[in-house]
Amino acid sequence: MTVRLDFGAVLVDWPLLARGAGLTLGLTAVAAVLGVALGVACARARTHGPAPLRAAVATYVEAIRNTPFIVQLFFVFFGLPSLGVRLEPAAASVIAMVLNLGAYAAEIVRAGLEGTPRGQVEAARSLALSEAQVFLRVVLPPALGRVWPALASQVVIVMLGSAVCGQIATQELSYYANLIQSRNFRAFEATLVATAMYLALAVAVRQALAWVGPRWLFGRAPGARR
Amino acid sequence: MIRRLTLVLAAALLASHAQAQGALDALLAKKSISIAIPTDYAPYGFVGTDLKPQGLDIDMANLIAAKLGVQAELVPVTSANRIPYLQTHKVDLVISTLGKTAEREKVIAFASAYSPYFQAVFGPKTLPIKAPADLAGKTIAVTRGALEDVELSKIAPASADIRRFEDNNATVAAYVSGQVQVIATGASVAGNMMVRNPQLPVEYKLLLKDSPNFIGVAQGEDKLLARVDEIVAAAKAAGELDRLSLKWLGRPAGELPR
Repeated sequence: MTVRLDFGAVLVDWPLLARGAGLTLGLTAVAAVLGVALGVACARARTHGPAPLRAAVATYVEAIRNTPFIVQLFFVFFGLPSLGVRLEPAAASVIAMVLNLGAYAAEIVRAGLEGTPRGQVEAARSLALSEAQVFLRVVLPPALGRVWPALASQVVIVMLGSAVCGQIATQELSYYANLIQSRNFRAFEATLVATAMYLALAVAVRQALAWVGPRWLFGRAPGARR
Repeated sequence: MIRRLTLVLAAALLASHAQAQGALDALLAKKSISIAIPTDYAPYGFVGTDLKPQGLDIDMANLIAAKLGVQAELVPVTSANRIPYLQTHKVDLVISTLGKTAEREKVIAFASAYSPYFQAVFGPKTLPIKAPADLAGKTIAVTRGALEDVELSKIAPASADIRRFEDNNATVAAYVSGQVQVIATGASVAGNMMVRNPQLPVEYKLLLKDSPNFIGVAQGEDKLLARVDEIVAAAKAAGELDRLSLKWLGRPAGELPR
């Protein structure tokens, strides 16, 4: 058996690959923002909310964390229409990704919240800050700072997981890679190219998050060297 | 260094070539042949209530193995991955509703046809579709890499929203759940879909291609290909192909190209 590699046959379709990579990044960006926001809300609910809300959030977190992503995706895309909710493939993908990331982020952020020294909260309350102010300005930023590397990893995992969104005809990177190989039968080359592109995207997303976090979300850690 | 590398490569090529020529001998010696079959394409190949694959393609695979006097090792594949399976020699034959196209002939070889088949666009009765131009603006589900995908991509207007799914089950699920307006698929799949979902108003709209199923063989396996051709010709003469088509499709095989 002879395998001759012909990357030209795959790379000639670079506009498709670029479009796919663009949608993968777009899906990931939306999912990251909404998913982390959902995660923060769930973490807050699970640490401070009333008992029924805590139970509801715990159920959601466990249900998502103990089922495969592709099943969640199929549920949103093939299951929801029976309830009268019809979604475009891309919209269904984003919803599944947000739900998935939200559950994992909830647990990661909760770990950060629970690491907050009591004294800080008490000091903030003694300055007559409202509960919302205490949470958003005193507790959350350093908590996010503590768990940011873990959150960034989770976002990257969700982005890589989005490769299965092609299964419901979402036109992301793996969808186009599969489309190209079904046209020219260069399966190995198409997979290698897609792998390299996912690797580059993952590194880029990780770098971007490492840049964005300290600047926009929680500030540089006190005492950190300039 | 480069010369040595070239020598090693040349030796590897020769060795692999010799091995490729011997696929028939190898499988006869091993007493087993691996054949790619569908499990998502009733009645050609599907999983029965006993969780075993069954269907026309499975019967055909078993028939060929029996005539060769070897054990059949059935490998479930999808429309999208059956050709890579053959290219990488994971299987000896593909008997998986494989239609013959010029593009496919560049990468694999085809033995005789063994059963009839056609692909078409199906949709609800309320949606008037008489010509390819009527597909403009419609969402269409199709299985990526299948023949109907290739044909549909040729005739569909640019504004048609073609959604390509990984396998036939996902394609059918997309149509049944209402995520798309029409579906492009094989006649048997559509027939099966109608039987299982009687509430669904589906009808035949547009012929994409009349394409009998062929047996796929890896390129260079000339001995294996010749032997398979012999077996199919004998089965056709003995009426076995007609019997298979009658059993699964409800009509005889009819005229099949070699």
